[in-house]
Amino acid sequence: MIQVVLPAHLRTLAGVGSEISIEVAGQVTTRSILDALEARYPMLRGTIRDHVTLQRRPFLRFFACQEDLSLESPDAPLPDAVSSGKEPFMIIGAIAGG
Amino acid sequence: MSKVRVLVGTRKGAFILTSDGKRDKWEVSGPHFAGWEIYHLKGSPVDPNRLYASQTSGWFGQIIQRSSDGGKTWETPGGGLKPPSDAGGMPSGESNKFAYDTSTATGKPLTTHQWYDGTQHPWEFKRVWHLEPSLTDPDTVYAGVEDAALFRTTDGATSWHELSGLRGHGTGPKWQPGAGGMCLHTIVLDPSNAQRIYIAISAAGAFRTDDGGRTWKPINQGLRSQYIPDPTAEVGHCVHHVAMSPKRPGVLFMQKHWDVMRSDNAGDLWTEVSGNLPTDFGFVIDVHAHEPETIYVVPIKSDSEHFPLEGKLRVYRSRSGGNEWEGLTKGLPQTDCYVNVLRDAMAVDTLDSCGVYFGTTGGQVYASKDAGDNWSPIVQNLPGVLSVEVQTLP
Repeated sequence: MIQVVLPAHLRTLAGVGSEISIEVAGQVTTRSILDALEARYPMLRGTIRDHVTLQRRPFLRFFACQEDLSLESPDAPLPDAVSSGKEPFMIIGAIAGG
Repeated sequence: MSKVRVLVGTRKGAFILTSDGKRDKWEVSGPHFAGWEIYHLKGSPVDPNRLYASQTSGWFGQIIQRSSDGGKTWETPGGGLKPPSDAGGMPSGESNKFAYDTSTATGKPLTTHQWYDGTQHPWEFKRVWHLEPSLTDPDTVYAGVEDAALFRTTDGATSWHELSGLRGHGTGPKWQPGAGGMCLHTIVLDPSNAQRIYIAISAAGAFRTDDGGRTWKPINQGLRSQYIPDPTAEVGHCVHHVAMSPKRPGVLFMQKHWDVMRSDNAGDLWTEVSGNLPTDFGFVIDVHAHEPETIYVVPIKSDSEHFPLEGKLRVYRSRSGGNEWEGLTKGLPQTDCYVNVLRDAMAVDTLDSCGVYFGTTGGQVYASKDAGDNWSPIVQNLPGVLSVEVQTLP
């Protein structure tokens, strides 16, 4: 099972806690995680990546194992620690303020 | 006894204010969708417990919420939790999918519109500004979006389809965003003619369809906007809001960027009725529920100073359909008030003594239960108010 951490507003929208577990078929990539996440939680479709272009929304970023994966190919394999469920795949909202 | 439900969209959530027909004591429910911008929420005229809300965020995009119990509980239509094995059936997770229709069979090419600097810019969906439920079917709703286009759902907001004849009717490349974006913010359904719809766009102008949304025509003749290269152009006018009394379809009132206008022929020709207003800049305009010639505006100082003149919050009422206006001040702050009243933030109830309601960017919602003579705040410290709608319930 893959562990996924959502931003607070998306946790509320999906009605989930701070970390959720999802089954991902095949190779674990950013795309396969998001596909599985949206299939299980349809209310999240369009909130992380655009409905039409499937591009990451500009104010969200993807992190795992203390690495920023946002600009990596969505089809690049993720670290083993994510695939094995030891480390979460984190979807982070940009922090704005001052 | 009748009840009144006031639906308030704010910068940080939705609030629902309820009272009995006396309108003296109000209960406040909310925030719903705390932390999200709620541009608009509105109830179905044929099923008042069916509400729709536009929930948006710069981070997470657009969400559409639906309630079937008057706002006690909400759902994202088609967005419910799915077991991994589930497939088929109704569209899922598409209640927030507003894809411009570019199909060759039903759509229009996604061309460009004018950008702030005069160059052409691609059409990009940003958010839903206004939701207008059908007058006859609780599952049918129209959505006005930024970048300007009109969408419709016929399945209770589970899925949306563009009425592309508007965006693609020909003048699109001349439309330009107002300061708040290129938004379709006003949708008026004609209760006497199901095929007739009016919409307004900042800054393109007003448009009308007489065939249920298939074809559209600009209805901006008579408007004069000194701030555009051709002040009487067919499109390019910054219309802020349009209102119509359901008792007298075809007579329209408009608050333009500057100028208050009226049309007695369904928008074919407009005449200015600003008359003795202290300033004819503003955003809201609305019509009394029972007196089609009684209209309300909230004059704002100017396009560069979005607050009332002299720090005095005044509603202006005309009982003659414009030109002759009286300032209404009883109960409204008359010193040091520098709030704004945004375009969708005024509404009326339909009780015998017509109630008028408006919300401010300072988080107050004011109500008058005597058609504007006296006002009082029914809630005072909400986040900035984006929209106000009123339901009169049996």
